[in-house]
This record gives sequence, C-alpha cells and structure tokens, in this order.
Amino acid sequence: MYDVVLDFLQHHWLGQGIVILLQCLAVTVPLLVAVAYMTYVDRKVWGSIQLRRGPNVVGPFGLLQPFADGLKLMLKETIVPSSANGILFLIAPIITFLTALIAWAVVPFSDGWVIANINVGILYLFAISSLGVYGVIIAGWASNSKYAFLGALRSAAQMVSYEVSIGFVLITVLLCVGSLNLNQVVLAQAGGFWHWYFLPLLPMFVIYFVSALAETNRTPFDLPMSEAELVQGFQTEYSSMPFALFFLGEYANMILLSALGSVLFLGGWMAPLPFLPSHAGWGVLWFALKIAFLLFVFSWTKGTLPRYRYDQLMRLGWKVFLPVSLFWVVLTAAVLQFGGWVPKG
Amino acid sequence: MASLDRVARSFLLTEIVSGFLLTLKYMFKPKVTVNYPYEKGPLGPRFRGEHALRRYPNGEERCIACKLCEAICPAQAITIEAEPRDDGSRRTTRYDIDMTKCIYCGFCQEACPVDAIVEGPNFEFSTETREELMYNKDKLLANGDRWEGEIAGNLHADAAYR
Amino acid sequence: MVLQALAFYLFAAVTIASGAMVVVSRNPVYSVLFLILAFFNAAGLFVLIGAEFVAMILVIVYVGAVAVLFLFVVMMLDINLAKIREGFREFLPVGTAIAIVLIVEMLWAVGVIGTRSPTVEAFNKAGPHVATIDNTRAIGQLLYTQYFYLFQVAGAVLLVAMIGAIVLTLRSRPGVRRQKVGEQLYRSKADAISVVKVPSRGGV
Repeated sequence: MYDVVLDFLQHHWLGQGIVILLQCLAVTVPLLVAVAYMTYVDRKVWGSIQLRRGPNVVGPFGLLQPFADGLKLMLKETIVPSSANGILFLIAPIITFLTALIAWAVVPFSDGWVIANINVGILYLFAISSLGVYGVIIAGWASNSKYAFLGALRSAAQMVSYEVSIGFVLITVLLCVGSLNLNQVVLAQAGGFWHWYFLPLLPMFVIYFVSALAETNRTPFDLPMSEAELVQGFQTEYSSMPFALFFLGEYANMILLSALGSVLFLGGWMAPLPFLPSHAGWGVLWFALKIAFLLFVFSWTKGTLPRYRYDQLMRLGWKVFLPVSLFWVVLTAAVLQFGGWVPKG
Repeated sequence: MASLDRVARSFLLTEIVSGFLLTLKYMFKPKVTVNYPYEKGPLGPRFRGEHALRRYPNGEERCIACKLCEAICPAQAITIEAEPRDDGSRRTTRYDIDMTKCIYCGFCQEACPVDAIVEGPNFEFSTETREELMYNKDKLLANGDRWEGEIAGNLHADAAYR
Repeated sequence: MVLQALAFYLFAAVTIASGAMVVVSRNPVYSVLFLILAFFNAAGLFVLIGAEFVAMILVIVYVGAVAVLFLFVVMMLDINLAKIREGFREFLPVGTAIAIVLIVEMLWAVGVIGTRSPTVEAFNKAGPHVATIDNTRAIGQLLYTQYFYLFQVAGAVLLVAMIGAIVLTLRSRPGVRRQKVGEQLYRSKADAISVVKVPSRGGV
C-alpha cells in the first residue's frame, strides 16, 4: 500500500502535481501566517520604542489582532472609484501579491528543501522582485487619482534606482560563490558565523539592507505612501480585499528580501556555530531566526529614522550607493583574483 | 586629521547607529501609557462628561424649568417644555439634550440655580446610532440616578472653590 | 514532451498576440503593458529552450527596468489618441515593408532561406556544449574569450551614449543655489553659534 502511494506520488504526473501543490502550500501558508504576525510585531516594536503598549486587547497579548484586522478587511466593501480603470485597478494588487509569493519558489529553507532548485536562483529572485513595481505603478495609474499617481511615480523611480545597487550587491556575492544557485550560495558559507559573508562584505550588507528598505517602500524611504503629503500614495483609493492584498504583498516582499539577505550574507540555513545541527528541520529553524532578526531590524528602523526627502533619496541611491557598490565589486574581484580565492566551479 | 575623523564617522554611520541604540534602549523602558479599558486615569471633580438630571433625596426632581440652561447653551442643544403640575409646582414635561450638538462647555450646570442639570464623570457613552445620542428627560434622570454618588461627591469636593 | 510543446505554443501564441496588441491598442498605457506581457512570454520561450540565463536577464533588464521607464513616460504624457491614429493609413505600407525585411533577415540569419550566414556557422562551431555546462558559464566563456573585443566595443558604445545623453541634457544655469549636504552635516557648534556678551545699551 505504502509503496503504491509512493510510486504514484513520484512517477505519475498527477501524483507529482499533488506533491508540487502540497509543497507550495507548505511554503505559502506559513508565509501568510508570518505576514500576519509581522504586522503584529511591527506594531509592538514601534509601540515599545514610543513607550506605548501596542495591540494588547484581542486575545492574550493581542496575539489575535492580525486575524481581527484581516476579518475586518474581508468584511468591508470593495470600492472601485467610478473614474478608475476597473480591470487594471483590480489586477494591480493581485500582481503585487503574486510576485511576492512566486519568488519563494527558489528560496532554500534547509539543505535541499526548495521547491525549484534552479541554476539561476538569484537572478530569478532579482527578476521577480523587480516586478513588484508594476503592481504599484499600475495601481497608481488605474486609480485615476492625483495622490495615487504621484505615489506610483515616486515608487517607480525609487525602486528602479535602488535595484541598481542591489544588483551590484548580488554580483559581489556571486563573485565570492561562483554560482547563481541559492543552495550553493548557502553551502559556500558553511561552518560557523565567521564564514558568513556579512563579515568580509559588511559594506555591501549595509547597502543591501538599505536598498531593501527602499525596494519595499519602508521608512525612511516610504515616500510613495507618505501619509502627510500623499495620504497613502498608490493605496489611497483601495479598500477591503484589494487593500489587504497590497498589504500582504508588501509584507511578504519584506520577508522575501530578509530571506534573500540571510541567504546571501547570514549563511541561510547554516547554524551559527559549526557543532550545532543544521540539517532538515534545524536548518529551517536557523533560517527563520535569521529572517526574524532582519525583520526586527526593519521594524526597528521604522521606529528610529524619519522620512527622507525625495531628492535626498535619489542622491543617496545614485551618488552614494552606486559608486560605493561599484567600487566594492571591482575591489572584491581584484582581491579574489590576486589573492587566489577565485571559486572553482 | 579632523577631516579623516569626519570621513570615518560618516562611513561608519556613527550617528545612525547611536540613534538605533537610543531607540533600542527605549524599547525596554516601562510603558508610560495607561492600559485604558482596564486602567483609567484620574478625573478631577470639575470634569465635564455626560449630562444627568438630579433629584432631591426624597425622589423629587430638582429641575424647576427655569430654562436658564436652554438660554445659555451656546450650541442650542437643550430643548425644554414646561407646565404647572397638579400640585401647582412648575416642572418640565420635556427636557431634551442633543448630545451631538453639545460642546461640553459646562454653562448649563453653571447656570442652573438648583444644581439639577450637571455634567457627570462619565465619558464612555458612545453609541452605535446617532438617534441614541438624542437624550430625553427619562434618559437624563436615569443618568442622574446612576451617577448620583459620584456627582454629589464631586459637587461637594468643588463647593469650597465656587 | 507534450507538456513542453503545449507550453511552447502557449508562450508563442501569447507573445504574438500581445505583440499585435502593442500596435493595435488605442491606449498607449495598454500598449506598454502588452509589451511587458510579450517580454514575459519571450522569457518563457527562452526557458523552454534551456537558456534560463538569457530569460532572467530579459526579465530583469527589459521588464524590470526599461519597460518601467516606458510606462513612467507614457503615463505622464498627455496623448491625444485621435492625432496619433491620423497617420496610421499613410505609414502602413512603409511599416509593413520594414517588418517584412526584418522577418526575411531573421529567416536568413537562422538559415531557413538561402545559405546560412557565416557568423551563425562560426557560433555553432565555437560554442561550448550546452548539454555539459550550464548556460551562464557557457555565455561567460564565449563572451570573455571569442567575443571579448566586440563586448568591449559594445560597452564603449553604451558609455558614449550615456555621456552623450548627459551632455545634451545638462544645462548649467547660473544663480542656482544647491544644497551641500556634506557641508551642512559637518557644521559644528563653533561654526554656527557664538555667544556674545552684549553690553547694556551697547548693541552687538
């Protein structure tokens, strides 16, 4: 009986389909729960930085607050403005949400635990994360509202600018690894936290993190949705489920960039000390802890830094990060070449 | 040397790092907010909250329908109609306050010669419909019965300063 | 195999259909969106023939950056649709002629008609075996050995174009007061504030 089921799952096309579906669910459901609790953690962290309590009424310590919020959003009416472009208006949040989810296909959760172990994993992630801007820009245009449009334009310019420096950061890591496969990237950082890339490539790690803030429109780069000037930017006209999809997509993107950051710089699913186990479930645990740490820094940043002015944002992207990361790419290549550390592949 | 120091500082992001450490420190400080629905802040005896119509200890209502409160109300939220009762005393037949108009200035209780209309210590009287905020005499008298202890205490505490 | 064939026809059909919609749609924003869809499906086709590196670069460069800028510009333009459509009939023959020439060139280049072009022959001979080596490495090995000079020249052309764009658009206007962030940040208390003892009735 057991053999039959195993054979069906491994060799029959329907069985393989079922396995893939289950894998996707196994990634998506915890991800959505993580997104829900990320909103909770965000609010708790900002609360405690501002000497407030944060959500604490719904459930013990307010732990059911995310579900209460989700339920509220679902029960609200979906309003499509009469002058909006109906189809694009509804497609935009779906694009944001989908791009945030499909990127997870190549993220290795533990040794070999990855839905699609493709050779160009990093490029795939980079490509998908660069698509997120379409949700924003289409939403801004389809809303037919000035606030939304300005927010979308800001967001598009900002995301394109900071993608450049993220690209250079990725190239630096690739130079050190010698492979575009994310699993290989993690394996190259085996053995203790002093082998992780955040130490030798510390400036690139900082640039990556700051660019990730800009990519996900988080403070101090949340100009596309700055409440004080643009109401809520491209989300101004959205309500109910479309808004919820934007919200989920945004947080899923944050978690994705944290995951990418921990794969590239914090050794992915590797244990911090070499004698600790990092196989199978342990790997998932270490990976989740690293992602959680980076997400905490995301919230911490929001509680600490004020918003940039738009010209300052562009100056930072093009006049500071671009030259620094370009210089570091050349430096890394030179060190690898002349130090004899070029990875053999 | 000074310029080297400056360059080093700006590349090491010293100011941002010190800001981060400050917020980290604040994260572990005790909260200053009151845990509202469970904890409440103190209210002064002059607090002007929800209105109430008071009674004498024998159960007779205090209001004599002099309409001074109606006259002074800057938001014109109070409406009074009066008739002589069978025993010859002058009492209201209607005493309405539109709580959506009221600005909680407290002029009504200042104007009242018999301490009948007062603003009590209750501020948690939100409703789900607008109609429920159109208070009539029964509602106001019920408020008075409910909050009499607190109202009497507050009036007594404040009497020395009037 | 059936699945791959199905995927190929799906991608190819959507590519052609959205390519047609780019030309036909009335709203330029829709045109750009269809263009993006076409890029996407082209990337899918690349994946199907095992050229995943090219597919990803196509998505990153064209979809992620170039098309965003297209969309950016098109959204901000105030386009009079009727005016654009005016010349459609006149330019149709010219456009068709150019399209036909392009198609013939492409067919000739891959050797469907006439003799194969020598470059394609050379490429087929020189190329490393894609079956034994992943194609990112294969592209690298070709690009940095055999086509190294062409690669450098392409880079130089792009550099010249970039400098040209900057030179053409940079205007030096007199009297513009710019913010000097560095100077502002490095101002110390001593530069900004001086405590003066003001004598009575003496003024500063």
